[in-house]
Amino acid sequence: MRTSQRVAIRVRVDPVACDAYGYCAELLPERVTLDEWGYPIVDGTPVGADLVDLATRAAAACPRRALLLERV
Amino acid sequence: MSVATMDTDNGTLTLGPPTGAGGDVSDQRLLGHHDAGGGNLDDHWAQYGVLLIPDRDDPPWRESVREAVSASGLVGRGGAGFPSARKWASVSASRRRPMVVVNAMEGEPASFKDRALLYRSPHLVLDGAEVVAAVVGASEVTICVADDNRSAAASVEQAVTERNIAGVARFRISVVRPPAGYVTGEESALVSWLDRQRALPMLRIDKSVALQVARRPVVVHNAETLAQLALIARHGPQWFRQVGTAEAPGSTLVTISGAVRDGAVFEVALGTPLIDILRGAGVESELSGVLLGGYGGAWLRPSLLATPYAPGPMTAAGATMGVGVIVALPAGSCGLAETARIARYMAGQSAGQCGPCVYGLPAVAGDLEQLAAGQEGPDVVGRILSRASTIEGRGACRHPDGVVRLVRSALAVFADDARAHAAGRPCPGHAGATVMRFPQDTTAQRWAS
Repeated sequence: MRTSQRVAIRVRVDPVACDAYGYCAELLPERVTLDEWGYPIVDGTPVGADLVDLATRAAAACPRRALLLERV
Repeated sequence: MSVATMDTDNGTLTLGPPTGAGGDVSDQRLLGHHDAGGGNLDDHWAQYGVLLIPDRDDPPWRESVREAVSASGLVGRGGAGFPSARKWASVSASRRRPMVVVNAMEGEPASFKDRALLYRSPHLVLDGAEVVAAVVGASEVTICVADDNRSAAASVEQAVTERNIAGVARFRISVVRPPAGYVTGEESALVSWLDRQRALPMLRIDKSVALQVARRPVVVHNAETLAQLALIARHGPQWFRQVGTAEAPGSTLVTISGAVRDGAVFEVALGTPLIDILRGAGVESELSGVLLGGYGGAWLRPSLLATPYAPGPMTAAGATMGVGVIVALPAGSCGLAETARIARYMAGQSAGQCGPCVYGLPAVAGDLEQLAAGQEGPDVVGRILSRASTIEGRGACRHPDGVVRLVRSALAVFADDARAHAAGRPCPGHAGATVMRFPQDTTAQRWAS
């Protein structure tokens, strides 16, 4: 999928699918931090063009496919 | 009117007389005049009048019901308070035949209103379900009663049988028994159980998309909501608005327990000052607080007991109406200890799906238990509030958010106590008897008897 610069993207976590692997926080610290139990706390601020590729990689890296990319 | 009692599977339930805001106390709309056990169809018609539902699709009738329910201002009585008529839009748009689900799970341990309704006036709930089925074009109605709630299920099953024998049931109506539990009655968990026998809440990214069973769209209404709707279909929105306030019209069922003479299900006019509702139930002592809404609700401080019992004023007072639970905490009981017990129970009721709920709720419950026992330092309150903020909004369902609301309200309402506890001076009553009821306790009693 080619991402147009006009389409804003934000990340979101599916808490049911998430198993606290934590890769998202490693790959996208600009939007994801971990709580004291290792589960992601996601900042839903749309990611700019500079972060779209990182966000896409973080979503792809999740073994549980729990990091979702949403169009705003 | 006298106070009647019925034995339920979880103890004795009392059905109290209605209390109104200085209005006519004989104006009991929902719970009927039967002694117990539902009455029969003839009694139901004699009392409420026959409700005519068209035999086949009748667009003008559908539209008139839709308009009447919208104009009545009825909002759901299952806790979320969503405008009832707006629930129908998403299913009506579907090409597949929708299904109507009646949610009578009543997983709130301190709530008895839906089982009281099914026990006393099952036909009123069925009327409402049939109206909704006719409006949305469904062919089927499924009534969900928790598997530990035999009396209510037997009552509504008998009512369904009566309708089938009388040949007046226009829809296929079935009663099913999902597993009892705090979250199994959550709308998406209920639908998930109906669809796949897994009573677990689902992540719903867009709530305007209808839930589905066997790929058919589902509209879920709380049992009391449908009983209210059955009366609006008979008498119209103006009648409905004769009690209550302009912003919060109508009456509602509440379950009152704790430091009252008559722990009971009451019907009250919305907008009635909470203190009048409590007096109607025979409040027995000075109170240290009132738990409102349910175990995922909020505490209200005694100085705010004059607050009108309606969503707006209750929210403004930091509380919530939830499913109509009102627990009066007697002076001398420790609100922090009660909250710790509730938090521990709620942690155990997690569906176990989402990390913040699975790990966060036991952590908060543990913090509260230590605070209640006076075994923690002065920073414990800060830690509880910080963990509450961490947990909030991060579950697939609102179960953890309810606990967060309850805990925050406890630390606000019982702030003086919290300071004393944190300084190593717990309330004398912290280890004492609780007015809160927990299902495992009553289950144990049931096994023992």
